[in-house]
Amino acid sequence: MPPLPRIAAALLAALPLPPVRAATADAVEFNRDIRPLLAEHCFACHGPDAANRKGKLRLDVREDAIARGALQPGRPETSELLLRLASLHADEVMPPPEANKPVSPAARALLERWIREGATYQHHWAYDPPRRAVIPAGENGVDHLLDRRLAVGGLTPAPEADRRTLIRRLHADLTGLPPSPAEVAAFVADPAPDAYARLVERLLASPHHGERLALGWLDAVRYADTIGYHSDNPRNVWPYRDWVVRSFHRNQRFDRFTLEQIAGDLLPDASDETRVASGFNRLLLSTEEGGAQPKDYESRMLADRVRAIGTAWLGQTTGCAQCHDHKFDPWTMRDFYALGAFFADVREPAIGRREEGMLVLEPAQRSRLDALLADEAAARTAYESLLPAIDAAQPAWETSAGTEPAPAAGGAAADRARKQVRAALAKAPAQRNERERTLLRDHHRGASAVGAPERAALAAASAARQAYHNSLPKSLVTVSVRPARVVRVQPRGNWMDESGEIVTAALPGFLPGPDFGGRVPDRLDLARWLVSAENPLTARAVVNRLWAQFFGLALSRHPEDLGSQGELPPQQMLLDWLAAEFMASGWDTRHVIRTIVLSRAYRRSSLADPAELAADPENRSLARQGAFRLDAELVRDRALAAGGLLSLQVGGPPVKPYQPAGYWMNLNFPPREYTPDPGEAQYRRGLYVWWQRTFLHPSLLAFDAPSREECVATRSRSNVPQQALVLLNDPTYVEAARGLALRVLAGPEGMAARLGHAWQLALQRAPAPAEQAEAERLLARHAADYRRDPAAAQALLGTGQLPVPAAADPAEVAAWTHLARVLLNLHEFITRS
Amino acid sequence: MIPLNQSDLTRRAFLGRSAQGVGGVALATLLHGPALRAAPARGAVHPLPLPQRVRRVIWLTMAGGPSQLETFDPKPRLAAMHGEPMPESFTRGQQLAQLQGQKLFCHAPQFPFKRFGRNGTEICSLFPHLGAIVDDICLVRSMTTEAINHDPAHMFMNTGSQIAGRPSMGAWVNYGLGSEAEDLPGFVVMISTGPGRSPQPVASRQWSSGFLPGRFQGVQFHGGAEPVHYLANPPGVDRSRQAADVGAINALNRLHGAHAPDPELATRIAQYELAFRLQASVPDLLDLRGEDARTLALYGCMPGDGSFAANCLLARRLAERGVRFIQLYHRDWDHHSQLREELPLRARETDQASAALVRDLRQRGMLDDTLVVWTGEFGRTPMAQGDKGTTGRDHHNRAMSMWLAGGGVRPGLVYGATDELGYAAVDRVCTVHDLHATMLHLLGVRHEAFSVRFQGLDARLTGVEPARVLHDLLS
Repeated sequence: MPPLPRIAAALLAALPLPPVRAATADAVEFNRDIRPLLAEHCFACHGPDAANRKGKLRLDVREDAIARGALQPGRPETSELLLRLASLHADEVMPPPEANKPVSPAARALLERWIREGATYQHHWAYDPPRRAVIPAGENGVDHLLDRRLAVGGLTPAPEADRRTLIRRLHADLTGLPPSPAEVAAFVADPAPDAYARLVERLLASPHHGERLALGWLDAVRYADTIGYHSDNPRNVWPYRDWVVRSFHRNQRFDRFTLEQIAGDLLPDASDETRVASGFNRLLLSTEEGGAQPKDYESRMLADRVRAIGTAWLGQTTGCAQCHDHKFDPWTMRDFYALGAFFADVREPAIGRREEGMLVLEPAQRSRLDALLADEAAARTAYESLLPAIDAAQPAWETSAGTEPAPAAGGAAADRARKQVRAALAKAPAQRNERERTLLRDHHRGASAVGAPERAALAAASAARQAYHNSLPKSLVTVSVRPARVVRVQPRGNWMDESGEIVTAALPGFLPGPDFGGRVPDRLDLARWLVSAENPLTARAVVNRLWAQFFGLALSRHPEDLGSQGELPPQQMLLDWLAAEFMASGWDTRHVIRTIVLSRAYRRSSLADPAELAADPENRSLARQGAFRLDAELVRDRALAAGGLLSLQVGGPPVKPYQPAGYWMNLNFPPREYTPDPGEAQYRRGLYVWWQRTFLHPSLLAFDAPSREECVATRSRSNVPQQALVLLNDPTYVEAARGLALRVLAGPEGMAARLGHAWQLALQRAPAPAEQAEAERLLARHAADYRRDPAAAQALLGTGQLPVPAAADPAEVAAWTHLARVLLNLHEFITRS
Repeated sequence: MIPLNQSDLTRRAFLGRSAQGVGGVALATLLHGPALRAAPARGAVHPLPLPQRVRRVIWLTMAGGPSQLETFDPKPRLAAMHGEPMPESFTRGQQLAQLQGQKLFCHAPQFPFKRFGRNGTEICSLFPHLGAIVDDICLVRSMTTEAINHDPAHMFMNTGSQIAGRPSMGAWVNYGLGSEAEDLPGFVVMISTGPGRSPQPVASRQWSSGFLPGRFQGVQFHGGAEPVHYLANPPGVDRSRQAADVGAINALNRLHGAHAPDPELATRIAQYELAFRLQASVPDLLDLRGEDARTLALYGCMPGDGSFAANCLLARRLAERGVRFIQLYHRDWDHHSQLREELPLRARETDQASAALVRDLRQRGMLDDTLVVWTGEFGRTPMAQGDKGTTGRDHHNRAMSMWLAGGGVRPGLVYGATDELGYAAVDRVCTVHDLHATMLHLLGVRHEAFSVRFQGLDARLTGVEPARVLHDLLS
């Protein structure tokens, strides 16, 4: 594809969709120029959706369009398509006025040129296998492909960023944790030519790299700690999250990563580990609402799963095909329900409480549980061996008890039981029926003096085993049950309409796939197909999403939609090459990441002068790096790290940071009290914060963390006043500010040294003189103020659990807490550049 | 289609360039000028294609699903058939919730209806205050919805879709029209619960901005010391200390921007100023002590009591300050049981206050450019539900009643009707999408053309299927 001239690229980025290219000397290209126009203006009625097609005309297939006279290649003047666009008659003009899709003159001119030049079609770019450009040996593919484009476009790439920026950038992108001042200093001073590459390797090997990559994946698969609908009750699934972190940490091949999640229970070498991974199939929304109809939710869950595969793996929006054939892409309703049918064997209640899940045990936990089970079994054997002796004592007990059994602990049920025992005792033994005999025998066994110590020992052993069981991690996993649920195409998506055709699992018909020879494929087949060489979408979707982590914007702008309504990527060769490289490398995620971060393109400065910013505001040319606000979880991590509070523990149950009182007030069934976790749990990374779907922690929500009710391929990045309120007033940030203040005060003395230290800890640079002056003014103001008002200083220092040394001057700590707070609120602090 | 620009970043970069040019000096200009605010003053729909009849919406959500048969839809025939089996001709093949598979019996309206107003409109005697303004409101007795469980039904009523992730109507309206509120969010949500049982949950996704930028999201105002999360300063920090910090933050941000131009930075600076102003304006707004005794008596509330009535009064104050979309929830209308005992309590908690809101807006000349909507998320069955204690009614999506008032709405009209048993809307049936289309129409927006590209589709509040503006109920 020919490069876009610089101004055209800028225009393209700024114009409303679909991009209408200015007429240039370039040949018109269907995928780039024409398909977006037809998709926007025509396909809704003249596209793939057969049921809603008007006038039997489809314009997405060239032969059909020609046969119906809409196109006469080479002859725009007689092509019905153009005549209709230009028609002045309300009943002839296309698109019809009520569609609100008028075609601009520029677009019409483009269509005319296209027809004149022969009206050639192309396959949709993303449905052809990604092309792997040839990269000269020793060159980085990213640079090779980008540099050519920049040169032709006459664009000068930005220079390499300074070392401090580079190490902060790499830390943000690869681990999400800020570097220490010492790490920055060492890197800045390292003269070795491979200093950068060594840094990259060190960060890639960090377990925190797994955490960093998990953030995006958990959005894509809508991981959360609660069920989502209505009562939004908790469910056990966090071991899945830890599995994702581990998988990325050990750079598990992406194809295997896929297999384990979709079919971890069906693998020939299935293990507890892969079963935890198969928890993916259980991440969807479920309900416990009274009156919910199983078939309704069966239908919702099927659709939810199809959308998940579409978003996370295929980069396809499938949702429309729940009710009708897709308007723009070749997804049919049958494709939709047949894809859903792959999951019809997943055992789950359609409505109601989820099961507690599979025990997920470390070896030590396993042996402890086994020991407790053995204890319990031994106690049971000991007790049961005494049963004959116990039962032999029953007649004597009956005589002594008369009609008054030993009082049982309270409650109506106990009273009822006593009454029944009394009634049974009142009868002569021979007159008792079977139920009464059993009742008396059991009652006596529970009260008998004979065997009482053994009975108590059994009860204690059972209780100990149960308590330990309750404390152990569990995770929802996939269990396959056959026969699978029957899946029907639901006309208009209506679950009550059972007139639709029954479908079994099948791959989407428009994509290449294996022949299963009449066998109905299962989830393992689906997973294998997703990561097969013939699937053109998965690798593209994955590297496209990944790219956004390293540049701020994906190569094709909408990572959830690589279909005809998505964006033809301006750097298509690069996306294709990365996708092909990903597959050829054996689905080696780390290889792709390494390739990206080692490129010169990645290392460029993100600074742009106003002219460059204006010419290419979104940096679609990739002539520079991006500067963007950190993701919600990383804002938290960075503040806690600056405050010296951050816990680096990897994995474990979700944690509950401080949260505004009453935030869960509108949750019910049951009503819930939010209790913040004490101790270190308060300082865990944002990744581990309790993910309550209907009421996500407000500090994360303010920074655009998604609720994860639906799969999300890209987060929005808003800039709203709530973010300022969080950073200013959330106790987590107030406490982190105190932590930073105490670190500074514990360091070298003297105003300049302290300010230098504060800036290093927060921003890993020295303050400029003007900044220093501003800081000194602020410190003086607050110190004087708090000296006059010691009670206020104490109040400020009492936020959170971090103690203040007894010897410290409260007014001084308070003043430095204010300065630290200012630093944690800076745009630079929450921006990755 | 109105293009939703790809990222906020682009949008502002573009704004910055076309309006001011970008650079250190321009940033300072932006900061002190009115160019950047919490939400843009101008919305995505500009100019408005239709005459704007109302500028704001106050949406009263009666959460849980009030029974139409004990509120606004008189059914003497149902009373006559009390206790008899529900004719199967009505219910065969229909979606039911908790009554699925049970024997269905007619359940008479539990409270008498009375005639009110010039036209003698019949409404339930539990609502005398609404009765007194019945000539000012338009009753709709033919409302329907698609969902039958609370959570999806709220989502459908708020976003036009039963799938999570869509913007709620308040976000749509702010996106389309922009905000007129200087120091307040354009979309405010308040929730009240009468002292009572254990009501249905309400999820924050109900006021989410979905795929629209986060600044269009509804902001929930709570009663109590901290009406907006993180609004209060930390302990030991008073307003002047906070001011010093915000000033320092913005000074340092400006210094930084001088050598690292970033279009986001100007917005960041403006947002800190706005956040600081919000810290004062919101408590001021919520402080009802300045309202005179007559007004408090009109609504029937005391300052700070957290009641639905107080929220209605706050809604008026928000409307006065230019807030575009105000949504109040009053919970606990889910009367599967104890209909006779509980519904009168909800009526008492809401009747006077909702009527007062309409009266108050009118006396201040604001009713003409405000749309007030009173509705639940679904209606209830004419059949009895008896398995949960004393008798009540189950969820129902084929009939519900609601009312509208305000600019462009025909006052005193009764629109549409259900069948003789109140089971299904049969005359001039309204859908949720019709209601949304009508609301947008009154705001000056053509609903068919009001769309945003999302996941390859032109997503609309009014959905994929054609929706109708209910012209018959407009004046």
